[in-house]
Amino acid sequence: MKIIVCVKQVPDTTEVRINNETGTLIRDGVPSIMNPDDKAAIELALRMKDLKPEICVHVLTMGPAQAERVLIEAMCMGADEATLLSDRKFAGADTWATSTALAGAIAEIGADIVLCGRQAIDGDTAQVGPQIAEHLHMAQATYVSEAILGGAGVLATRKFEDGDYKLELPLPCLLTTLSEEINVRYMHTHHIVRTMKNRKIQLMTADDLKVDQRELGLKGSPTRVKKSVTKSAKSAGTCYVENPEVGVEKIVGYVKGLNIL
Amino acid sequence: MAKDIAIYIEQREGVIQPVAYELISEAKRLAACQENKQVVGVLIGSGMENSAAELELYGLDRLILCDDKKFELYHTELYTEALTSFIREEDPDILLIGATSIGRDLAPRCSAAVKTGLTADCTKLEIDEETDKLLMTRPAFGGNIMATIICENHRPQMATVRPGVMVVTRTKGEHRMIVEKMDISKLDLSVRVKILEVVKSVKSHVDIGAARVLVAGGRGIGSKENFEILGEFAESLQGELVASRAAVDEGWIEKARQVGQTGTTVRPELYIACGISGAIQHIAGMENSSFIVAINKDPDAPIFEYADVGLVGDFKTILPMLGKELSA
Repeated sequence: MKIIVCVKQVPDTTEVRINNETGTLIRDGVPSIMNPDDKAAIELALRMKDLKPEICVHVLTMGPAQAERVLIEAMCMGADEATLLSDRKFAGADTWATSTALAGAIAEIGADIVLCGRQAIDGDTAQVGPQIAEHLHMAQATYVSEAILGGAGVLATRKFEDGDYKLELPLPCLLTTLSEEINVRYMHTHHIVRTMKNRKIQLMTADDLKVDQRELGLKGSPTRVKKSVTKSAKSAGTCYVENPEVGVEKIVGYVKGLNIL
Repeated sequence: MAKDIAIYIEQREGVIQPVAYELISEAKRLAACQENKQVVGVLIGSGMENSAAELELYGLDRLILCDDKKFELYHTELYTEALTSFIREEDPDILLIGATSIGRDLAPRCSAAVKTGLTADCTKLEIDEETDKLLMTRPAFGGNIMATIICENHRPQMATVRPGVMVVTRTKGEHRMIVEKMDISKLDLSVRVKILEVVKSVKSHVDIGAARVLVAGGRGIGSKENFEILGEFAESLQGELVASRAAVDEGWIEKARQVGQTGTTVRPELYIACGISGAIQHIAGMENSSFIVAINKDPDAPIFEYADVGLVGDFKTILPMLGKELSA
């Protein structure tokens, strides 16, 4: 059985600051990390492998050459194989074109289960997982907090705002996972040594995919960014350091006007 | 030719969700910017006929009702089949879906099926005056930037829209809504995924989006016990207790009460932020509140940049002072 886990290298958006003078993002010194929801996907795959060691966990990422770092990290956690999908032809892809490329790669590698993080912290779209599933005509469950092998294939818990579903999915299927629900293991010495001795990362380009190349990258993307602006702070009110009672008075004045008490 | 503005009317357990009314109101506003645009809703569910009548009050021009026992529970495959069939039949120019955990499951699946673009979690929609195309604006990079996205040549122009952001308006005066039933006999209603069990959340359902007053706590609150102090204060103002992600991660409060980029977006009349530094991810979820009060020990905390009134100090001394004055 093969499980493919899709991972993405992202800038740690909690470290991004805005230069108030120029209104631009300060990206220098912002570390690149493995997307947290994707790490949870690796964890779920490895838990399945813990119980069934013959399972092969294959990590897949699309990105520039440096994105191989997240693949190495995944192998140090316990993943068996890795593929870096990298080509200039993928550049500028929106979620539709990204999912087309990833689905093409998954079709080449072959998978019984595909796991993705629910969403990436740089884009926050949560769209690539379900779009891959649709391209590959796979059954899907998103917002998954727990999944084990069982039943007709996989038994999964799917989170909603007001409760959960317990689902049974046949194979092949695709799940997207929630980092806040899944505690992730650390890298393991044994796997670090193994990976450093033999880090076999398979390289794949657009030519390796059975996908119409007009559907990839910027030109294959139905959407494009028209403009992007950094967010400007609204004008601040008054801050009371020494004399909070003046501030309190102002608040009371506002609250009385609301007629809630 | 692609024509109308379509809305996915989300229901859960037979109840039309607030985001549906927000989307209809927003679609009416967008339709007014263009000529001959109608707003058409698609409602998928079971036994929805009666509650659907309510939609007329918000100015929906036409409703396509896909009603069958099979649609009682949200199911990705069944709902995707029904919604893609609606898209192919109606060929709308625009399709808006609430960015809920259902909408964000359904929308990408459908956009891939009909091969069109999809913009996630929009907080602002406009019609480009020159091209008549939809301008979809959304926060990205953890809320640090606002990106405006267009979908040039594919239709419908699809977007999921963040709940709690668009303002609900009822229509004024006479308005008639036409209701049509979708012919489900032509749909492929076979499924692969089985719903074994539905577990309702044991915690009493909180709707922090509807509260007029919210009292929020962050890492600076320090403990679960201190959160109880905040909770009592919120109660005294008939408000709800909410929190930043940091406090949720500490386990002091449940995720359902998280405000911010990965939590809920709120716009109460009064937002009191205690011990919250003001990371952009949190700001993104509360900056549209009518009146923001920030209480923090650190005078340099970014939250003060967004506050109408900032109070530098310990919430444990300031809240009682505020409480006393409010009840005076």
